[in-house]
Amino acid sequence: MDDPLSPGATFLQAEAERRFPGGATVEARFEIPAPGFSVTVLFGPSGSGKTTVLRLLAGLERVDRGTIQVGGTCWSDAGRRIHLPPQARNLGFLPQAYHLFPHLSVAANLAYGLRGLDAAGRAARVDELLGLLDLEALGHRHPGELSGGQQQRVALGRALARRPRLLLLDEPLSALDRPSQLRLRQELRGLLRRLDLPTVLVTHDRAEALHLGDRLVVLDQGRVCQSGDIQQVFDRPTDPTVARILGVETVVRGRIESIVEGMATITVGSAQILAADPGSLGWNVFVCIRGEDVAVERRGGAGSGSGSTVRNRLPARITALHPEGSLVRVSLDAGFPLESLVTRQACADLSLAEGDPVCAVLKAAAIHLIPHD
Amino acid sequence: MDWQALRLSLELASLTTAALLVLGLPLAYWLAFSRQRWKFLVEAVVAMPLVLPPTVLGFYLLMAMGPRSPLGRAWEGLFGRTLPFSFEGLLIASVLYSLPFMIQPLAAAFASVDKGLIEASWCLGESRARTFLRVIAPLSWAGILTGLVLTFAHTLGEFGVVLMVGGNLPGRTRTVSIAIYDQVQAMDYAPAARTAALLLGVSFLVLAFTYALRRRQRKPWTIL
Repeated sequence: MDDPLSPGATFLQAEAERRFPGGATVEARFEIPAPGFSVTVLFGPSGSGKTTVLRLLAGLERVDRGTIQVGGTCWSDAGRRIHLPPQARNLGFLPQAYHLFPHLSVAANLAYGLRGLDAAGRAARVDELLGLLDLEALGHRHPGELSGGQQQRVALGRALARRPRLLLLDEPLSALDRPSQLRLRQELRGLLRRLDLPTVLVTHDRAEALHLGDRLVVLDQGRVCQSGDIQQVFDRPTDPTVARILGVETVVRGRIESIVEGMATITVGSAQILAADPGSLGWNVFVCIRGEDVAVERRGGAGSGSGSTVRNRLPARITALHPEGSLVRVSLDAGFPLESLVTRQACADLSLAEGDPVCAVLKAAAIHLIPHD
Repeated sequence: MDWQALRLSLELASLTTAALLVLGLPLAYWLAFSRQRWKFLVEAVVAMPLVLPPTVLGFYLLMAMGPRSPLGRAWEGLFGRTLPFSFEGLLIASVLYSLPFMIQPLAAAFASVDKGLIEASWCLGESRARTFLRVIAPLSWAGILTGLVLTFAHTLGEFGVVLMVGGNLPGRTRTVSIAIYDQVQAMDYAPAARTAALLLGVSFLVLAFTYALRRRQRKPWTIL
């Protein structure tokens, strides 16, 4: 968030507001510290204003208050009545519905923004993009003749064609079926890294945010609730709203040590856990654990013998107990912060209290791994 | 058959269509995309010729073109002849009379182009004008074609306004529809029937051709 040494060097600084007739207000308040590869995820429930923030950056919506500065240029300033039109912002915009030009071929869609080049330069750039996005065979097809995944790649290529200095992606994978989503997430982050492009990405999918993002901006009802490094935001949500929006009780960085017969051994904090390997992971992952999937036992209690199917038994200490309706949220220190949700009844039967040494029990299958290299 | 009248009618319809295309593209664009609060007033004015009796429109046009009006005097000062009962006067009248037949299909077609495509074009650096030429117009080709055909056919068939503004001067303002009227008045039914059948046939063919083209909307043409 803050960089007191060189505030002028911040690549993107948005401190702006759009007021809609009828009273709704959406604010764009975050920064991207430096140019070069980084993915800033705008995250929040639908209707929280994520797309509006993206449209403010693109210049498709006017700023009613505040400013947007990118790379030392003022893009919007409500006070000074500056509004750089989208044409002058040199950005790549991938709309949620792709909006490929239906009357133009794939090659012509890719070449659409390249009027500045001569015919030879255009053709070379189009070939380059077709290769980059694995679309070589589809150059003369029309968008209506492509699958969803192919359309997505063409739209991405069109957004990249002019070598923009900022890339805006509005739910880039949401129109695809589940298997394609998972495959393309991996590819997309690799591609953005190779292109070394600062990217702002809208999503409402937590796994997608964790997989693709470096920085997280959490939005709710048009307000930016929190922004910063993605791990920091997941670790330390500033208020319950953010925690609720983020949805998962435990999200921690881990490192895969080994994978044996489909089971990954992962170092998390000072603990080691076992999880099912979903395949095609790098070494660094986010470990996501839902509170309902974490059981709490007294140490040395029943079930700790060899007859259990549970893979993970972690010695832990209770750091806090918070009643939540019919459940109790048990915060644990198991070598890493771990949240558990148990029933009030179970909590009373075990007479759990802060500071108690316990055992946190996790099924390997309930641990969700998201690659993050 | 009155070949002179037919030629004059075709000339008038072609010129009216051309003039309305040039005038109609920007006006329809404005009507399709403007967010001005008083847009409805312009819409009402454009649609007026649909409901006004041609005699009313013709009457006002005649007044506006007369030697005592500013337009009439300016025209006379520039070209040394009067506007009423001339081909030029007829052309101006036809342009106004056929205005809605060009504007409405154009505006409807422009407005139905997905806003997201227009914004995608802006974000790719293309100005509003170039976006119009490269995205809006090609995707509106069916509406543009409809506007052209309707304007042409409507001008070919106009009668009341022509009679009010143009009179009935052979070779200058006597169009086919007036020729038919004359022939019927003179009990000269045979040539009237031939001319009427010709107009009927031409109108049907032009409209059938248009709708046949629109049936296969999937193959759009591009201006650029």
